[in-house]
Amino acid sequence: MTTNFVTNAGPMLLPRIGLVAALLTVAACGGGSGSAQPTLTPVPPPPTAAPQSSAQPPAPKIPAAEGIEVLLCDGKTQVNVPQGTPGTAIAGALMTEWLRKNPNSTWEAEERERHTLQTAADNSSLVGQVSGHSYGKITQQDVALWKAETERVATAGSRVFHNGDELGSTIGVSCDMCHPHAANTHPETYPKFQAQLGRVALLRDMINWCIEHPVRGKAMSADDPRMRALEAYILAQRKGKVLEYGKH
Amino acid sequence: MSDFKKRPSVKSIETKHMEERAELFRALKSLDRRSFVKVAAAAFGAAAASGVTPHSFQPVRVAHAQGAAPAGGKRESFHFAYISDSHLLERTLNDRFVNALMRAVDDINAMDPQPDFVLYGGDLAQLGQPKELELGAQILKSVKAPIKFMVGEHDWYLDMGEKWRELFGKPLYSWDHKGVHLVVLNSVVEKDFWTARKMSPMDRMKTVAGLDNGWQSSFTVGDEGRKWLDEDLKKVPATTPVIVFSHSPLYKLYKPWNFWTDDAEQVQAILKRFQNVVVFHGHTHQLLTNRIGNIHFHGFLSTAWPWPYAPQGMPELTVQMGRPDPFDPQDGCGDGSAMIHPDGLADKVYNLWNRNPVTVSRNYTASRGAKEKPAVPNLKSY
Repeated sequence: MTTNFVTNAGPMLLPRIGLVAALLTVAACGGGSGSAQPTLTPVPPPPTAAPQSSAQPPAPKIPAAEGIEVLLCDGKTQVNVPQGTPGTAIAGALMTEWLRKNPNSTWEAEERERHTLQTAADNSSLVGQVSGHSYGKITQQDVALWKAETERVATAGSRVFHNGDELGSTIGVSCDMCHPHAANTHPETYPKFQAQLGRVALLRDMINWCIEHPVRGKAMSADDPRMRALEAYILAQRKGKVLEYGKH
Repeated sequence: MSDFKKRPSVKSIETKHMEERAELFRALKSLDRRSFVKVAAAAFGAAAASGVTPHSFQPVRVAHAQGAAPAGGKRESFHFAYISDSHLLERTLNDRFVNALMRAVDDINAMDPQPDFVLYGGDLAQLGQPKELELGAQILKSVKAPIKFMVGEHDWYLDMGEKWRELFGKPLYSWDHKGVHLVVLNSVVEKDFWTARKMSPMDRMKTVAGLDNGWQSSFTVGDEGRKWLDEDLKKVPATTPVIVFSHSPLYKLYKPWNFWTDDAEQVQAILKRFQNVVVFHGHTHQLLTNRIGNIHFHGFLSTAWPWPYAPQGMPELTVQMGRPDPFDPQDGCGDGSAMIHPDGLADKVYNLWNRNPVTVSRNYTASRGAKEKPAVPNLKSY
């Protein structure tokens, strides 16, 4: 089963786009003219009810005096808000509703709480340095982005590492049952000749051997996102160790 | 019932002689150096003073009574065996752990002489499910010697011990055996971490089942457990050897893996007044030796898998077992036994499967590592 296990933080921007559309719609109508149908919408139109913003005065044809249905542009998330609700509250309500429908969206924070992760290297000394064609000048945001993205993949690896189902185990075994916090994995000693494999092994070869034998699952291909994440996590946990390829 | 047993036995002189001789050699074997010297002196004195004939073996019993035994009568050495940390899943899901437990049962049944009793060290089930516990109970029924059960966290946190109590009775209990007082604790009591997070019983169980899962709390014996222990030990004189069976180590080794008992100092304080205390613990799945004051600590092996050694907090006395070879499925696993000397200290035998057994002797812990150090392995943890 493939899960979208490296998810984005969520459609935080979309409620605002919906509101912008509403505002522009109101403006296009010229307000208060009594005409029912807005003719211009600058963003892909949401299917059903027209979003309303009560921040602007005369809005065209307000429906009956119960709440207003607001639909997010994902077409699925919908909230009912009373009239007079400010825009930020509508956005908040849509966000809560989206989170309720997507319970795994906090996976990263939860995984970090359950299983510690060594932090990625600190690059803040590079802020303000000129980098060349990729960056121009390196900014705080770049440094933060590198850290967040790298640690996210390592955290995803931690999630797979600790979960027999994600690994594809047929006997309920996960990596942490012999390697708590990825102890005793020694990624810094690969490549090394492993007689039992009949060749020089890289870390991923050993991971696959473990998945096939103690974990009794199916070996992963080298560019399987789970394999990449597992390598990221195992390497992260051995931060600071001296590289010693070939060590037994 | 016939009177057969009550018929008075008239022993011939030869029989009495052979019995006394057998008794002498058995008693001599269990003497330590001090008592042996006492015996020699007493024998000389007795022979000189009371005209005892050379073939009488009385002096040994005299020396024994002077030296070793407390008010409870004389003590002899005995041995028990253990099986621990089997982490069973249902057989249809995982046969490997089941086969390993069956191998341990075979090992114990093949022991000659048979141990006085067998101690099951906890974590019989992996996820605390009734089917897993029942499977374990069924397999362990084939153990010939009497078997005593201790609870581990994997057995407890699905239903908070309901099924365990049904199958194996109270988690805390004690008994006396050959002059030694033995206690079984529940030392995996955790502060409630699941209610605030609104976890289901299986969520709670899976959290506790993860050794490195930071959501769970540290192990403790707990207020009630310590109170029970205090009460239980009140009637035990300080000269009586005490043996404590505990799943968590009753000292503080490495908190991130719960190789840790949070109220260890308080438990050790309760045990402090006794001359000799030996703690045998599970949970760590490895060879571990420690000594804190009058308390000597020995770990149990697991039948299911070995844990790596902790990156910090290792007791000085521990000579590690060699790094397990992942290509050898049961390496680093096993079962074992302990011989309890009359003074209550233990020779702990680690029966590592597919390897030579390792013995951590009473003299090693008694001398704080000066004598009889176990062999250092070739491949160590790093």
